[in-house]
Amino acid sequence: MSSHDKAAPGPTVIPFGPQHPVLPEPLHFDLTLEDEKVVGAIPQIGYIHRGLEMLVEKRDYLDYVHVAERICGICSFMHGMGYCEAVETILGVQVPDRARWLRTFWSELERVHSHLLWLGLAADAFGFENLFHASWRARETVIDVAEETSGGRVIFGSALVGGVSRDPDDETLRRCMKAIEPVRAEILRLAQVWIGEPTVRHRLSGVGHVSKEAAYALGAVGPMLRASGVDYDARERGYEAYGEIEFKAVVETAGDCMARVLVRLGEIEQSFRILDEVVAKMPAGPVAVPIKGMPPVGESWIRLEQPRGEVLYFVRSNGTRQLERFRVRTPTFANIPAMVEAIKGVSLADVPTVILTIDPCISCTER
Amino acid sequence: MSAIEKSPWLIHYDASSCNGCDIEVLACLTPMYDAERFGCIVTGDPKQADIFLITGSVNNLNIPVVKNIYEQMPEPKAVVAIGACAYSGGVFAECYNVQGGVAKVIPVDVYVPGCAAKPESILDGVVRAAQILAEKKKAMRKARRAARHAESPAQEAAK
Repeated sequence: MSSHDKAAPGPTVIPFGPQHPVLPEPLHFDLTLEDEKVVGAIPQIGYIHRGLEMLVEKRDYLDYVHVAERICGICSFMHGMGYCEAVETILGVQVPDRARWLRTFWSELERVHSHLLWLGLAADAFGFENLFHASWRARETVIDVAEETSGGRVIFGSALVGGVSRDPDDETLRRCMKAIEPVRAEILRLAQVWIGEPTVRHRLSGVGHVSKEAAYALGAVGPMLRASGVDYDARERGYEAYGEIEFKAVVETAGDCMARVLVRLGEIEQSFRILDEVVAKMPAGPVAVPIKGMPPVGESWIRLEQPRGEVLYFVRSNGTRQLERFRVRTPTFANIPAMVEAIKGVSLADVPTVILTIDPCISCTER
Repeated sequence: MSAIEKSPWLIHYDASSCNGCDIEVLACLTPMYDAERFGCIVTGDPKQADIFLITGSVNNLNIPVVKNIYEQMPEPKAVVAIGACAYSGGVFAECYNVQGGVAKVIPVDVYVPGCAAKPESILDGVVRAAQILAEKKKAMRKARRAARHAESPAQEAAK
């Protein structure tokens, strides 16, 4: 009788993170393993918690946009925009048309650069370095356009209560769309690698499965939810200019890592189409209305669709220049239960891939 | 130029930043900015790293992690604090859960400005850190020689 046949060893607990090569941000998991299989995962968050929601009590409500933009460096513009929308709702301010369309433009630009960033990181998580570099090279062109139109590479800094702070002229916008034309071809080429390459399929197909019912019951959002077959996209709410744009949520049904890649690849293509439409229909006029005085007493909440999923902003004003409460419910926070579900049953080597497929943004989650 | 200056290995840790500087650090490693042309390789293992790229204002939970990574790195080592947060806490300086700067936890050699820091300035910071590494190595050698000399001056003189 070999030593193998003796009593099976009990479950092993392996700490994963906070400093880990595949994670750009610190996140800690206690993984419970039976042999090579993960049977349980307990996430621990808090490494990025700064407490910026409390800052709203110290800053002027118009200046706080700068802090809101720094909730996260990847979807910074949308965070700024969400805060502005929530405050504008309390103030009862109507944003000018051109500002609405510019906000849509920058939102979609951010979605493209975020998804490209994710495609690279996900490729890196299963050791496909070449694909990582190719995705990020394509992303640089998108970032250049963001810098030219908004002034910032990752933190755009163009959100403003009452509109936007920058007004790129139509000629610049058209030139920018021309500049990112080659990126679309490059992404189609990358998509062929993602879809056709057997090594990629081997690492992603059937890994980290979340069923439609589980995704819905666990409150997953964004690509995580849509990859499991639930047709829900907060952009269909029609905020900013989305009500006047034709688009349909990208939905996949397989619910595995591959499906999440396909949803994001589809969304990049969709975002390019939206960008085209936005630039073509961009109305003329002012980009901001002046905001004066104190905000009235009241509260409001706003939902947006970020690259990672639905985000919710809540603002309560007490009638002074310092707001009373600001709360963000971020997509990664909503996706963590579904991620824990997806990790169960995979082998240890697949854990980085599964964690990366929800596109975790820890600085959003912990604020 | 010493070997360590030609090929410094990097380790990156996000000590509660907003992610903006971190994705710019990653952008430095990709084809557009390509830190590898300075001989840099990113490693996940602190024991193999020469330069510590750290972003963010360091929150309370992060203090032991940052210290742990720093202490595991072999001498000589250099720390590059990236972004306004890593310098003073930046926009989060008044938050209740931040230390307000990396220097409050570990010694810093190079500060990279910006919110978010641009890849060009991060690369500049890395190159400066590599020079500092070379100087530190030289100083270490000198100290070692002096120590040897103090132990057995006669033998050293015979050489």
